[in-house]
Amino acid sequence: MSTSDTFQRRQGETDFDEQLIPRYSLIERLNHWAGALTYSYCLITGLAFWTPYLYWLAAVVGGGPTARFWHPWFGLFFVVSQFVMFLHWGADMDVDNDDRVWADNIKYYIENDDDKLPPVGRFNWGQKLYFWAMNFSTILLLLSGFVLWYVDAVPWKFHILRYVAILVHASVALITIGLFLIHVYMSTLLELGSFGTMIHGTATRAWSWTFHRKWYYQVTGQSRPKQ
Amino acid sequence: MSQGITEIVRISGHAGTVPGAGLNREYQVCKLVDTTTCIGCKACEVACLEWNGYTFTETKFDNSYQTMPETAWNYWNLIKFNEHERDDGSMMLLMRKEQCMHCEDPGCLAACPADSAIVQYANGIVDFQEAHCIGCGYCVTGCPFNIPKFSPEAHKVFKCTLCNDRVSQGLEPACIKACPTGCLHFGTKSEMKELAETRAVQLRSQSGFPDAGVYDPPGVGGTHVIYVLHDAENPELYGGLPKNPHVPWSVRLWKGPLKWLGNLGMAGGIIGLAVHYLRFGPKKEEPIAPEDRMPEDRRPS
Repeated sequence: MSTSDTFQRRQGETDFDEQLIPRYSLIERLNHWAGALTYSYCLITGLAFWTPYLYWLAAVVGGGPTARFWHPWFGLFFVVSQFVMFLHWGADMDVDNDDRVWADNIKYYIENDDDKLPPVGRFNWGQKLYFWAMNFSTILLLLSGFVLWYVDAVPWKFHILRYVAILVHASVALITIGLFLIHVYMSTLLELGSFGTMIHGTATRAWSWTFHRKWYYQVTGQSRPKQ
Repeated sequence: MSQGITEIVRISGHAGTVPGAGLNREYQVCKLVDTTTCIGCKACEVACLEWNGYTFTETKFDNSYQTMPETAWNYWNLIKFNEHERDDGSMMLLMRKEQCMHCEDPGCLAACPADSAIVQYANGIVDFQEAHCIGCGYCVTGCPFNIPKFSPEAHKVFKCTLCNDRVSQGLEPACIKACPTGCLHFGTKSEMKELAETRAVQLRSQSGFPDAGVYDPPGVGGTHVIYVLHDAENPELYGGLPKNPHVPWSVRLWKGPLKWLGNLGMAGGIIGLAVHYLRFGPKKEEPIAPEDRMPEDRRPS
C-alpha cells in the first residue's frame, strides 16, 4: 500500500491537501477494533474485580459470575488480536534515530510544538512504545491469567505461583490501563483526524504530512528534502 | 449470635438492677481437634457428607488410609494420615482432621472481590455465601491452608461452614456430634483453648510428648479450629499444616499499596489528560508546505 497511484479523491473534493492516502487495510482495522473491544471487556470486568467501588461494572456486562466466566475468554481473544497486530505492524515499529531524538524532545510534542520535532515515520515513538509495551504486557497477562483462571489446578507445592500471578496480573493490567487511556485520548481528542484513519483506513495528505511526514514522503514517492 | 436479642439492658419502672446485668457472654466459638486421641475412624467425614447432603464421589487412592489427597469442593472434612518415624525408629501414624480453620483474619475474605460472598460472623465463623460467589478463585489464593475448592459444575467455591446452620440454632457441628472418641470438642474459644492447654500439659508431663502443644496460629489472628499436636514444633508433619500461616504477602500488597497506587494512577491519569487538553488543546493538521507539493498542485502563495 505504498504506491501513489492508489490515491483517491473525495467526492467533489479537489483540494490537494484533502486527497486521501490509504493508511490501514480493512483487515488491520478489523483486527484493531477486535482488540479494542476485547480489551475494553477485560478492562470493565477487570476493574469490577479490582475494587468493590467498581463492582457495579460487573452488573453492566451481565453480573459477577458472567463477567468471571467471560473475562479469561475475552482475554484470550485479545491475545490473538495482539498477535495479529504484531504481524501487521511489528516491522513498522522499529525505533530509529529520529525516534530517539523525538523521544528526547517529547516535551515539544506534549506542548503541541510539533515543528521542533524530527519527521515521523508510519508511527511515532509514542505509538511504538505503546505497541511494544502492549505486546509484552499481553504476554505477562496471558501467563499470569492462566494461573488465575485455573488457580485450583496449581499444586499446593507451587502455590507461590498463585501469589506471583495475582500481583503480576494486577500490576501489568494497571500499566496497560495507563497506556490505554493515553492511546484513547490521543487518537480521539488530541490528534484530530486520527480516529477517522482507523475507521476509514485513509488519511488526508495534510494529516499524513503533518503527523507522519517521513511516512508521507515514503508513500508519495517523494524523497525527504535536505535539511 | 442470636442470643443478643434476648439479653436485656434496661427495664422500665423496675426497682433494682436488671436481671443478668454484668453477664459476660462469649460469642466466639471454637472447635478443638485433639490429634492425640483421634483414631482415624472417619465418622466426622461421613457426618459432614450426611449433614451437608453430599454423596460420596470418585476419589484417588494413594496407598494410605486417607480418603483422598486433599479436601474437595464437596468433601470439606478430611482426615490426613501421615506415617511418621520417631527418633527411636518406631512408626507413628499421625491423623489430623483437616477442614477450614475459620481464621480470625481470613485471607479468603481479604482477597474476595464479590460483594457479600464471604462473611465473618461475630462468633468467628467464616462462611461462603455461594449465591454471591462469582467463582473467581481469589479466595483460593488468599487462603494459607489450601481450603477453598472450586466446583467446575457450579462455577463457585465451597468449603466447611463450621456447620453455621447448626451452630446458629444452638447445635454443635455435625463432625463433633459424630466423633466416638471425644477427640473433637466444641465450645467457646476460651473454653476450648483452656481444655487444649490442659491436654497439652498432660501430654508433656505424663505421656512422654515433650513438644506437645496447641496449634492456634497467631499469624492469622488465631483460628476458630484449634489442634492439640504431639509435636507442636513440627506441624508440617501432620499433612502439611503450615508452621506460621499468615495472609499471603502478595494479597496484602495487592489489596493494600498496589490498590491505592493503582487507583491514584488511574484517577490522576484521567485528570492529567483532561488538564492537558484544556491547557494545550488538540493538534490539527496543517496545510502542506509549498515545497512539498507536486508542481501542478502548488498553490499560489
